Amino acid sequence: METSFAITGKGYVIVAADTTASRSIVKMKVDEDKIKTLSPHLLMAYSGEPGDTMQFAEYVERNIRLYQIRNLYALRPSAAASWIRRSLAESIRSRKPYAVNLLLGGYDTATHTPHLYWVDYLGTMTEVPFGAHGYGSYFALSLLDRYHDPEASLEEGLATLKRCIEEVSKRLVVAPGNYKVKVVDKNGVREVEL
Amino acid sequence: MSIMELNGGSVIAMVGKDCVAIASDLRLGNQALGISANFQKIFPVTDRIYLGLPGLATDVTTLRERFRFRVNMYTIKEEREIEPETFARLVSSTLYEHRFGPYFIEPVMAGLSKTPSGGYKPFIAAADLIGCLNFAKDFVVAGTASSKLYGVAEGLWEPDLEPEDLFETISQTLLNAVDRDAYSGWGCVVHVITKDKVVTRTLKGRMD
Repeated sequence: METSFAITGKGYVIVAADTTASRSIVKMKVDEDKIKTLSPHLLMAYSGEPGDTMQFAEYVERNIRLYQIRNLYALRPSAAASWIRRSLAESIRSRKPYAVNLLLGGYDTATHTPHLYWVDYLGTMTEVPFGAHGYGSYFALSLLDRYHDPEASLEEGLATLKRCIEEVSKRLVVAPGNYKVKVVDKNGVREVEL
Repeated sequence: MSIMELNGGSVIAMVGKDCVAIASDLRLGNQALGISANFQKIFPVTDRIYLGLPGLATDVTTLRERFRFRVNMYTIKEEREIEPETFARLVSSTLYEHRFGPYFIEPVMAGLSKTPSGGYKPFIAAADLIGCLNFAKDFVVAGTASSKLYGVAEGLWEPDLEPEDLFETISQTLLNAVDRDAYSGWGCVVHVITKDKVVTRTLKGRMD
């Protein structure tokens, strides 16, 4: 089943999401990228109802881009997160709400701090040091309670992320096979191999 | 699965001698799973009014934004700060506007209102999710631990507490009540409002 994690560290946020696109019990695709780059310093991992995820992620992506074109600078992570949350909060009280859960990881270039926001389909938003969505969250969150260090280097952060993935693979019956991992820091966004 | 108990959280407000206190827990959960141990539910409205919003977390943020907008509009139009009594009516009417599709929040307000003689009078109030106001003289409670809060507050509260004693009373009431509630806890925040300052303290709580 769909799982995504994100952890903050010293000057970076790591966002990871599994790469399977499934329908019912069938795997339709095993190399789906479920992390969008919204701006030079902002990542968004999305999961939930298949059609809604793509539609909503692209809607957000284009609107964040539009803001950047109009104003010549990108939204800061907190501002982008507030806008995205509001979109979901308005959607939940509409006739056909988006069923999309998000992890927003960004690096604020004004204050030089990493930020991570946990957002669900209801429009619940909170800033967290680490977060997860899906069945994997039940295993990963308790592991991160023990091993997360906000001052950890990128290597240590990736090692912690690896432990999360291994724990989920070991204990979760419906564990996903592969993950895509992206990092955002002062240099921008990049993909890393675990 | 009640929507009022989806995210968990509790708020309490108490009256003291020329002061009021308002306190909440800091948990945000998804049913039994804890997501955050630093989710603020109490927000300043003016220098002398604080508003607590326990209930569905998406509506906590939405209502917080909505009240900030409405209070700002009031301040600009009236060219003065809103009084707690007026603010309570604003909260009530905002909630009742959504009578048949409500925000799942039970607000708690605490503040000091100006008297004609230039002094300050403690004010607390709470509302249900469609805006029925409850003006109490002693204390008001709301949230998933409300039944436990009633019991402990009934036992500990007494009239005319000084700010420091009121802080102790409200803190002990909240900490002990949320320990008996699985959906509340994970730390607390307490605001004590007096005529010339607001003291905010964060308390550690049980993390289980």
